[in-house]
Amino acid sequence: MKYTSQMVAKPYFIAAIALFVGQILFGVIMGMQYVVGDFLFPEIPFNVARMVHTNLLIVWLLFGFMGAAYYMVPDEAETELHSPLLAKVMFWIFLAAGVVTILGYLLVPYATLAEITMNDLLPTMGREFLEQPTIIKIGIVIVALAFLYNISMTILKGRKTVINLVLLIGLVGLAVFFLFAFYNPSNIVLDKLFWWFVVHLWVEGVWELILGSLLAYVLIKTTGVDREVIEKWLYVIIAMALITGLIGTGHHFFWIGTPGYWQWWGSIFSALEPIPFFMMTIFAFNMVNKRRRQHPNKAAVLWALGCSVMAFLGAGVWGFMHTLSFVNYYTHGSQITAAHGHMAFYGAYVMIVLAIISYAMPMLNGRKAANSMKSQVVEMWSFWLMTVSMVFITLFLTAAGILQVYLQRMNGDASLPFMVIQDKIEIFYWMREGAGIIFLIGLIVYVASFFVGRDQPEAEMPK
Amino acid sequence: MSQGFTKSMARNIFYGGSMFFFLLLLVLTFDTVKSLPKTDNRENLTEQVVKGKHVWENNNCIGCHTLMGEGAYFAPELGNVYKRMGNSKEAIIAFIKFRPKNGIPGRRSMPQFNLTDDELDAVAEFLKYVSEINNQNWPPNIQG
Repeated sequence: MKYTSQMVAKPYFIAAIALFVGQILFGVIMGMQYVVGDFLFPEIPFNVARMVHTNLLIVWLLFGFMGAAYYMVPDEAETELHSPLLAKVMFWIFLAAGVVTILGYLLVPYATLAEITMNDLLPTMGREFLEQPTIIKIGIVIVALAFLYNISMTILKGRKTVINLVLLIGLVGLAVFFLFAFYNPSNIVLDKLFWWFVVHLWVEGVWELILGSLLAYVLIKTTGVDREVIEKWLYVIIAMALITGLIGTGHHFFWIGTPGYWQWWGSIFSALEPIPFFMMTIFAFNMVNKRRRQHPNKAAVLWALGCSVMAFLGAGVWGFMHTLSFVNYYTHGSQITAAHGHMAFYGAYVMIVLAIISYAMPMLNGRKAANSMKSQVVEMWSFWLMTVSMVFITLFLTAAGILQVYLQRMNGDASLPFMVIQDKIEIFYWMREGAGIIFLIGLIVYVASFFVGRDQPEAEMPK
Repeated sequence: MSQGFTKSMARNIFYGGSMFFFLLLLVLTFDTVKSLPKTDNRENLTEQVVKGKHVWENNNCIGCHTLMGEGAYFAPELGNVYKRMGNSKEAIIAFIKFRPKNGIPGRRSMPQFNLTDDELDAVAEFLKYVSEINNQNWPPNIQG
């Protein structure tokens, strides 16, 4: 590690992993509620568990992105971070806001939370993923602005690389599009239309820039391939991401009271959205094959390669499966959507954060380049446990979804009610829960990898 | 990638392409907002419907249900629930009102939200309003 201020990344990464554990615990609870309907009822109703599950995901990924930026930006800019103190202060504010929000969800009824945070003054709550009290949303904006200021000042005073620039564009986009969270008109169609300006333009837009930038950084560091080559790939990938993904927003505008022409725009452009992910896979494998040196951190390379493959499968293939409007007419809002959501988030965003943590954490812990082989072997076990179980979660939800769509949507007047079908497809929910528990075990193994082999020497640079 | 294709070409495609398609998204969004009065049932957007949306939000209904297919997949679609319940606000109100406080053994059950009569009426009005939005005939049938 060249710059001491990179150290501020460490608490961000630790918080990210801790919240990740919380997210998965609540995922397992929800999986159980799918099959044992009164599990933890009425103490933790499903909607509360789901808010905790999804909000923790978003918060820990943001911790991961911020930690990644604090580690990577000074290194790329070849200068110390503008203000390590500001980064530390913002860490505690963001963590406190996150913890208070989650406790709020768990300890008081949501309607009470809305009341005591004076939601009526500026109602923004009660919309999927944007459930945070308005005051917390304002806090998020303040933290984001301070973070962007810190990162921008660092980039301005240092070397300007494409990787830093792309990350910055992604992060600015993240902050700007979040502002739509404050727009909540009484007209539900308008509300839904602009809600997607946060949700879609994040995960199928600017977050892909962050993903591309972090992936490119890890690949430069671990393969030693010429920066010019990697930066050219990065530009092409993010160009395709935005060219397809911006109008691809239209695949959310098929059935929410918006004009019918979105079926054309949305289908055509979102059908192209797998292209940047496919390019990412080719890119990652090409760079590793053309590597000029062997990096001793095998685990980080594994996460980076795995990320490119799983993002393509989850976001690309599983997204394409139900994105054409004549297919989506039947699959919209079914377990197929859930299947896609799980693998896409894991493949694209969970894995890239774990890749950068895997790459950076050894240095943040005082190693030269990598953890001991023993620690890496445990980490790679966790990679396979989590990744394979996520594949099975996705497959079981897809099977459940296909049956659900067939029984509920494709049988004309003989179609069955929602709850009747939920009972019929229970077996797949049980298997999903099984796979979820394996995922949790994989995550425990992952956490353990930070504690094993600490007294052993670093993995050697292979000849 | 081939040598003829340079980094600055790639950069220009990124900036040019994303600018162009972002502007196109804005144009299409503008056109959509302009044409929404034809589909979004705004002539029936009464004060009670607005209040119903707040009840809907303040109780996090989207945490279990979908509305026009968006939300959680744990409980039935509600965009057409008014029609599914025989075009009856009373049926919706009765369903929400009489949820058992401690659930149903072994089964999923909607929580008891202790809504006032006015809130119950408002949320039912809201669901009626949503069911009358022209959303390209989704869902495919009454089961949602």
